[in-house]
Amino acid sequence: MRIHPEPPPAVELVDIHKRYGSVNANQGITLRFRPGAIHGILGENGAGKSTLMKILAGFTQKTRGRIRIHGVDVDFQAPAVASRLGIGMLYQEPVDFPVLSVLENFMIGQIRGFRLHRKAFRERFESLCTRLGFSLSPETPVRQLTPGERQQLEILRLLSMGTHVLILDEPTTGISSFQKETLFKALRTLAQEGKTIILVSHKLEDVESLCDRVSVLRHGKITGEMERPFDPNALLKMMFGSVPSPLKRPEIPAGAPLLILRDVSAPGDRSGLKACSAIIREKEVVALAGLEGSGQGVFMRLAAGLRAPVSGVLRLRDEGMHRKDGIAFQKKGVAFLPTARLEEGLIPGLSILEHVALKYCRGFRVHWNVARDQAARHIRYFRIKGDPEMPVESLSGGNQQRLMLSFLPDAPALLLLEKPTRGLDFESALWVWDHLFRYREKNTAVVFSSSELEEIFMVADRILVFYEGAVIRDIRAADTDIHELGSAIAGKA
Amino acid sequence: MSGSEWLLLFSGVVAGATPILLAALGETLTEKAGVINLSLDGTILLAAMVAFAVAFETQSAFLGCIAACLVGALVAAAVGLFSLKLGQSQVAVGFVLTLTARDLAYFLGNPYARLHGPQFSSVPIPILSDIPVLGPVLFQHNWMVYAGLGMIVLCWAYIYRTPMGLRLRAVGEDPRAAFARGENPVRLQWIYTLCGGFLVGAAGAAFSLFVKPGWGRPQGAEGTGWIALALVIFGGWHPMRAAAGAYLFSFLQVLGIYFQGWIPTVPAQVFQVAPFPLMIFTLLIIAYAQRTTIPREDRHRLRLKALLEVFSGAAPSALGKPLRPGSL
Amino acid sequence: MAVFGFTTGILMLAGAPPMEAYGLLLKGSLGSGKKVGAVLTAWVPLTLCAVGLLYTFRIALWNIGVEGQMIMGAVFATAVLRWGVESRLPLFYLILAFPAAALGGGLWAMGAGLLKTKGGVHEIFAGLGLNFVAQGILLYLIFGPWKRPGVASMSGTAPFPPELWLSSVSGVRLSPEGVFLAAAALAVTVWMFRYSRLGLVFKAAGNNPTAVMLFGEKPGRYMILAMVLAGAFAGLAGGVQVAGVYHRLIPSISSNYGYLALLVVMLSNYRVALVPAVAFFFACLNVGGIQLPMVLKIDSSLAGVIQGAWVLAALAAVAWLRKEGRPEEAR
Repeated sequence: MRIHPEPPPAVELVDIHKRYGSVNANQGITLRFRPGAIHGILGENGAGKSTLMKILAGFTQKTRGRIRIHGVDVDFQAPAVASRLGIGMLYQEPVDFPVLSVLENFMIGQIRGFRLHRKAFRERFESLCTRLGFSLSPETPVRQLTPGERQQLEILRLLSMGTHVLILDEPTTGISSFQKETLFKALRTLAQEGKTIILVSHKLEDVESLCDRVSVLRHGKITGEMERPFDPNALLKMMFGSVPSPLKRPEIPAGAPLLILRDVSAPGDRSGLKACSAIIREKEVVALAGLEGSGQGVFMRLAAGLRAPVSGVLRLRDEGMHRKDGIAFQKKGVAFLPTARLEEGLIPGLSILEHVALKYCRGFRVHWNVARDQAARHIRYFRIKGDPEMPVESLSGGNQQRLMLSFLPDAPALLLLEKPTRGLDFESALWVWDHLFRYREKNTAVVFSSSELEEIFMVADRILVFYEGAVIRDIRAADTDIHELGSAIAGKA
Repeated sequence: MSGSEWLLLFSGVVAGATPILLAALGETLTEKAGVINLSLDGTILLAAMVAFAVAFETQSAFLGCIAACLVGALVAAAVGLFSLKLGQSQVAVGFVLTLTARDLAYFLGNPYARLHGPQFSSVPIPILSDIPVLGPVLFQHNWMVYAGLGMIVLCWAYIYRTPMGLRLRAVGEDPRAAFARGENPVRLQWIYTLCGGFLVGAAGAAFSLFVKPGWGRPQGAEGTGWIALALVIFGGWHPMRAAAGAYLFSFLQVLGIYFQGWIPTVPAQVFQVAPFPLMIFTLLIIAYAQRTTIPREDRHRLRLKALLEVFSGAAPSALGKPLRPGSL
Repeated sequence: MAVFGFTTGILMLAGAPPMEAYGLLLKGSLGSGKKVGAVLTAWVPLTLCAVGLLYTFRIALWNIGVEGQMIMGAVFATAVLRWGVESRLPLFYLILAFPAAALGGGLWAMGAGLLKTKGGVHEIFAGLGLNFVAQGILLYLIFGPWKRPGVASMSGTAPFPPELWLSSVSGVRLSPEGVFLAAAALAVTVWMFRYSRLGLVFKAAGNNPTAVMLFGEKPGRYMILAMVLAGAFAGLAGGVQVAGVYHRLIPSISSNYGYLALLVVMLSNYRVALVPAVAFFFACLNVGGIQLPMVLKIDSSLAGVIQGAWVLAALAAVAWLRKEGRPEEAR
């Protein structure tokens, strides 16, 4: 670590602590951000980056510690206070209002009083747009925008409110590489104007290409800081402790066609699914790539029988699955693992034991002793940290995922996994894939979606690229590379 | 029917719609902010009783009306206390309050049953009331009817044409996002719960002070709160359309009275319950229209297109899901 | 306690002596064996309806249509008993009346369930609307096809002959069969919730219908089933009222027990163990309230006010306990 003489910091975080129940999300973090620079906060999922930034933005209250702005101690109770002091945050999940128009979204948070000065705001909006090189039309409803455009809108709004400390939480997830370029250019412009930019990311390449200085977080603590030029290996070591070992992937040739879709269309998500044709074969691992909400979710739910197509043919092996419901699909050996664990996959309010009973005790009467033994086996084999009586919502994300994996049938024909490693730390993710690969020996086809290109190349045999609800590429992983895939995802096929 | 009879009929429709109109507008306001006040049916009765009692004691219909509005706001405050402050289910609290407010109205109103008290009298608006057709239908009423008419425009303009209205809609759509943008969602929800309750109280006053004057058990306002709640859905959470629903309902009610005279063989009981199957049927159509499984681009193929367009409004996304302090 | 203070305030507002009113409520409900019998007579339908509601609450449905379901149960039971008049096998018809009552209530509840699962109409509106429709049908029958020979009146249909009555304890209209039915309903429900898969699936589908699909069950089907069960219990309550209490069909056959049962279950915090006690307490208030108008010239709806205040207090207490239990979340 080298120490430079620096200009006085715009923002200082001193010894920040944050506890959620028994979890220590932040443990004594001290950081300085200087104006006119782009500062990166690097760390893997769950390292405590978002929590720290939400504290700085006033969204979450710290347990202990001090925040100083231009050398003055401040204390936020709400985002309103932080934004008055010029701190604005672009959240990871968009905090906008899909049913309202772009202009209305732009105005919420910065209007008061009795009159809507639509015209004045529209002018301000348009001049900001041109300054940063964004092109957005004020009257479109926000639900029609791509994630990247929603992000642009939010940045415009923050700047319009006089933000001089701009925090961006994982801004490059789910946007096209073209939009990423636009974003990075805009951020450089803003930094040159003297604003303080804080970029939160778990992607090394983003931080490398944009930031002037990087702080790395791991398990809620700062493990190191570095100025440009960066040493990627050193940063990786700060992130993970040790450089992770790659996954062993058995080579197995694909088998007979299993799932066949011909010209299938269905509504849902942002784009729906439009005239999709695809074949999934036995023993294959197929990745569904694409921007968030480009049709992958609809594809999965169609293949799981949870949603009905409005047109087209969907077949499992030789059998047409028209008008069949999810239960019929399950009987054919289709298993689906949704990404929203507590919303779609598990049942909050029920314990692990009750989940096990629900899955395996099929008679009229529930034999709790049998269920208890079974639950103990699940907990042991899948290394779930928790006891049978614990309600599932009190388990950590990784343990919830393990519990869901434990409910997969022994030899499914088709496994549908929606972002199976989302929110898991690297080691848990490796464990999940290691477990999933074992299914291929039982002729199972594995279909998964992911927004991490590295993960896709690590595990997939074949990749289907979704764009605006259509499959625009169907390619073997060995025949492409990360750059080609990146541009395909952005629609430049 | 002659022309003057028709005018009389429509004039009756406009006057008769006032309570249900006020209640539907109030509830629209509350639900736009993401809060369901399910206690309407009881609140209206309690407010009607208080309006009549206060008007009787003070011999002032105006004071009665004010008291009713305050009672409406008070019951709404109870909804706010239990749901916004204590985090209980809005449906549960609203339902208990429906029954409790109704019984409280019967209990406290007992001494005032079947008495003759003050009423709102018609105040024709000079000049406007002389306009042919429109004049007698719209401008020969008491001031509460005018207030109801004005409230439609006021609510619409407030929700869609002012910054406060924009913030109101934002909170109802996503309180977390509104919080992130510097709003205080809980405070805004409190404000609109109280405002909505105020209007619902006014609806009660409209019942006991001119539509069904006096107090008794039953008063005759029983069930209208539920109709008003259904009208909010019917109106797609838009004040203008909710108002249209209120007038349509009032029209059907008046028509029912005429029909009853024409076809004496059908028992009166059938007409009394007729609004409710009608309500279920309308909600069925609305549910069908708002169903997301019909893709937007496919809608033009359907014969019911026009009908679907009318009912395509969507509920505020965060309706009935209050923001918990722990969830931030 | 807060409830006591609130009701006392209300009583003072109404110009009635509070202590005297409470005394009357107590004496009017538990003052004599006859009074207790009357309380138990009210306890039976209240408990039956409340037990049914436990099923729908478990699957997170607001079955507000209990009134209508009870009415339809009574109507079906009356239909069967009318056939039984003048028959040689009155006992057969008397027994048959109860499955018929359960069927009537169950079908009516199924209507609301189908409107909810297939039609997308919220069960509150569906149930409420069907309540009014059932009331309409009831009045139509009493004033129309089933009217008492000679005059149609609010006093109901012509009474059945005594051989079609349930037995009763002397002096009161309490039938032991009714008490047995309610107790059996409670026992069955306790077992169902503790040991049956059905109870588990109801709970699961109530907490997350989407996920239940992945566990191989169809939530919509269970919602309808829960509704039918609730309706069947309410229908039985209606049957008891017809065959055991009034011995005829009257316009107020449901006596508001359907709505009251919702309050009972809420005050029991949706737990089956507390239902009989709470139902007994509410029945006491209802029966005790009957004397209020005669003696103190105040309306009997005081009982409803007290019941509502209790439920509100319980809601507040539950919320408060929840906050106390998890202090770190409140921050």
